[in-house]
Amino acid sequence: MKYLENRKYVIQGIFLLVGIVYALRLFYIQVVDSSYKQAAETNAIKTIIQYPFRGLIYDRNGQLLVQNTPVYDLMVVPKEVKQLDTLRLSSLLELPLEDVRERLKKARGFSYVQPSIFYQKLTTQDLAHIQDNLIDFPGFYINARTARGYPHQSLAHALGYIAEISPKQLEDSTYKGYRPGDYIGKSGIELEYENYLMGKRGVKYKMVNVRGVEKGPFKDGAYDTLSVAGQNLVSTIDLDLQAYGEKLMNGAKGSIVAIEPSTGEILAYVSAPFYDPNLFTGKDYGKNYMALLQDKDKTMFNRPIMADQNPPGSIFKLVQALIALEEGVISPSTRFACNKSLVNCHQHPSPLDLYGAVQHSCNPWFFQAYKMLLNQGKSKNTFTDTSIGLKDWREQVLTFGFGQKLGIDIPGEKKGIVASPEMYDRVYGKNRWKYSTIYSLSIGQGELGVTPLQMANFMSIVANRGYYVTPHIIRSVGDDGKPLKEYQERHYTSVNAKHYEPIVEGMAEVVRAGTARRANLSKVGIEVCGKTGTAQNPQGPDHAVFVAFAPKDNPKIAIAVYVEHGKWGGQSAAPIAGLMIEQYLTDTVTIKEQEKWVLSREYLNIKSK
Amino acid sequence: MGVEQQVIPKYKVATRSSHRTSRLLTQHMDWVTILLYFLLVAMGWMNIYAAVYSPDNIVNILSFDINSGKQLVWIGASFLLIIVLLVVDYKVYEHLAYPIYGGIILLLLVTLVVAKPIAGSRSWLDLGAGIRLQPAELAKFATALAVSKYLSNVNLRQQKFKDQMILAAITFVPPAIIILQNETGSALVFGAFILAFFREGMSPLILIIGGSAAAIFILTLLVPKLYLILGITVLMGLAVWMDYRLLRRIKTMAAMLLLVIGMIFSVDYFVNNILQPHQQNRIKALINPEADPLGYGWNVTQSKIAIGSGGFLGKGFLEGTQTKFDFVPEQSTDFIFCTIGEEHGWIGSTILIGLFVFLLIRIVGIAERQRSVFGRTYGYCVASIIFFHFLVNVGMTIGLAPVVGIPLPFFSYGGSSLWSFTILLFILIAIDANRSKDLARQ
Repeated sequence: MKYLENRKYVIQGIFLLVGIVYALRLFYIQVVDSSYKQAAETNAIKTIIQYPFRGLIYDRNGQLLVQNTPVYDLMVVPKEVKQLDTLRLSSLLELPLEDVRERLKKARGFSYVQPSIFYQKLTTQDLAHIQDNLIDFPGFYINARTARGYPHQSLAHALGYIAEISPKQLEDSTYKGYRPGDYIGKSGIELEYENYLMGKRGVKYKMVNVRGVEKGPFKDGAYDTLSVAGQNLVSTIDLDLQAYGEKLMNGAKGSIVAIEPSTGEILAYVSAPFYDPNLFTGKDYGKNYMALLQDKDKTMFNRPIMADQNPPGSIFKLVQALIALEEGVISPSTRFACNKSLVNCHQHPSPLDLYGAVQHSCNPWFFQAYKMLLNQGKSKNTFTDTSIGLKDWREQVLTFGFGQKLGIDIPGEKKGIVASPEMYDRVYGKNRWKYSTIYSLSIGQGELGVTPLQMANFMSIVANRGYYVTPHIIRSVGDDGKPLKEYQERHYTSVNAKHYEPIVEGMAEVVRAGTARRANLSKVGIEVCGKTGTAQNPQGPDHAVFVAFAPKDNPKIAIAVYVEHGKWGGQSAAPIAGLMIEQYLTDTVTIKEQEKWVLSREYLNIKSK
Repeated sequence: MGVEQQVIPKYKVATRSSHRTSRLLTQHMDWVTILLYFLLVAMGWMNIYAAVYSPDNIVNILSFDINSGKQLVWIGASFLLIIVLLVVDYKVYEHLAYPIYGGIILLLLVTLVVAKPIAGSRSWLDLGAGIRLQPAELAKFATALAVSKYLSNVNLRQQKFKDQMILAAITFVPPAIIILQNETGSALVFGAFILAFFREGMSPLILIIGGSAAAIFILTLLVPKLYLILGITVLMGLAVWMDYRLLRRIKTMAAMLLLVIGMIFSVDYFVNNILQPHQQNRIKALINPEADPLGYGWNVTQSKIAIGSGGFLGKGFLEGTQTKFDFVPEQSTDFIFCTIGEEHGWIGSTILIGLFVFLLIRIVGIAERQRSVFGRTYGYCVASIIFFHFLVNVGMTIGLAPVVGIPLPFFSYGGSSLWSFTILLFILIAIDANRSKDLARQ
């Protein structure tokens, strides 16, 4: 046992040895080597950040959507501030004295030796005034930077905006590499494509002694890096069409989404009411933002992708007809009488075949067709049968992009609602509901919610006779101009291409001689196919919907127009769509009487029902 | 080798009156160690104040807005803790060693599940009211208790593979969980138990092999590979030259040489492919902090500048500039030693090192005078843990060890750490004060 006890000397020896080694090492660092003392003298290394140019954004025709404009930040290094005349500084900047003191305290709190922003976003005019006086304020200097600028007032919702990175984001490891005061995309394209747009910061290191006097570049600039500009983006938007759409929607509430069916490229993206994107660039950004956030019309609400609680109304009859054709429960020549005891309808010829039913939007016709679709007798129990039918139907509806995010490159997209057996089981209980409970679905009312984007995408599907390409607003990134490969794939629906033809014929009739004659462009030789709809709104006047594509053969544009409280799709939404289509396809507008009608907003005064 | 088994008589000391007990307790307490403890805690507190002190914005040392004020609360609470630890029947620590250990394991697992990540680590348990606890700190004393209890088992056969494995499991389950919490630094501390095992009979070969492996690892990073291999070959040749009998073991020696060469070449792979990027940077900072003085080399460079600028006598209390102007990060916690180096110079830092070495040697002395295997092993565990913290914490500030975020015992700011070391040390003080009751054991 004794030999083990002796091991204590080994252990104590190790302790002593480490102590001696450390004391010797300290003696070397602290007493022998004087370079550390010199290093301490010249210790402070000042970092000067060079902000890169953020990438520009162009529209599909090469017009500038987003550019950079110079702004100037007044910076301060607290350690260098000497004998500060706060009174003079406050009058120079036109800031209250207390505010000046508060800002100074904040800068000290951030860092005593590192520069921080004292006053943001001075314009060129402000700068001229301040710069001459700055010599009397040691520790203050001007840092030139660029802010976003827009040579137009359009597309604010899709473009989004940039702002200073938030403290919460700074703590998040996904934003590693950002520093306080950096600008970052907060919404829209600016957020979605942040990684491409941001570019790379440059850094210059300068040695500064303890008294804050510059001692030249650190290691002769060996660690300095140049900034690298962000990549430019090319958008799919047609700025002229966009501006025209905003003109048509000015004063109304709702959405316009126009898509090129063959590519999924978004041509116009209007969320009304809208705002001037320039509001978010100046030094009044915070004030403007809060004002818009709180306004009663919900201007900041990105309607085309976020308004997903409203039923689509009659436009959904097209979906029902397509699925019923695919299932073989109806044929284009199937006739039903307009039996108003089933569901209410308006005056029109009866009985009708599929074409007529689409043209006149006959409610009882779709009541009967949808009943045949859901109750195919797969179960003897009528409750179970409806449940099976609804489940199969839902699966097919999802292939049209309803009830799910389409994957547009604008953040914040909502899914929408598509009724499911589980949904009704929860409300009524299992086997406690059947067709008579849920028949509203047949005419696009009830448990359905569709975003304007999904509506426009549906028109792309009909225009393409059976498939869509994910709608997107950016075509290419960088200088090579190659289309983004994530938007090349075709998504096919469950319905065979041949079943689309009768639907397209019916839709052509709607515009030629049906409910949407205001969208008729036969005068200029364009055959428009469309469908009106009305979304029931328990809170006030109904919302109006119109979806369309044109021309009928080889379509170039698919469009959805949603006018809140527009009452009748044919009166309010259809003329807007007609005007947009003509503007896009011919670059002019000849149906001036429709433009006058839309801009007069008289449709808001039509008596409802 | 191994420990000869002792038969412990089931003899118990007759119960004494409580008055007698308390008198005995204070009589037999190791006042030198207690004094060292108070000295270190008080010095730590002053230096925490110096580390957070800002000449532009002078805040009272007692203000709860700064770390020194908060630390005073932790210190006060530690004193209450000490009283409890001393008043409780000292037998409790031995009897409840396993339940305590089990409880802490459970707590570690709970933390792993419920903790919100703070700077990438899932080791903090939020107790509400702004109080957070790091169970990894408590795992140290709990493991020390369990290890000591296991080694004091009468039926233990140290040579038996199964018993060795159980001991290894007791030691390395807590650090395994702690690594999962992403607190690799705290987990490394458990390696220190090797010193305690060495004293209790572990083959010195393990200590030597472990030490050599660590030395070769660090040398590979600092010295070109070819020179290192040549150097080791020459050393072996020298050994043979000095003792011809070694020639008979030429195969063993060749195998050893190959093993060492293999290790030298696998170091690069280990550093570049196994370690996480931040750990790689810490290794790089150790080898050559000048390569990126603004990036990974920042802590080490700034810490050395701060300490180096202190000179022989230091700049004086609250006069340091490097630590004040935020050049050194984590000044009041992991890099507290910089403040001493800068403000109190070589004299101050050497005194502090002396105090730690004195404390460690004293604890070994206390451990050796225990009559129970449990008490002795526990004493060695305490010394090992404190030593490891001291070794790495001071080592990293002077560029002799990689940057590992573990605190300087009794000194660094932080309640969890102060309490854990207080518990660790004062359980030993309590066991030691009652050692006469174990009279009959030897």
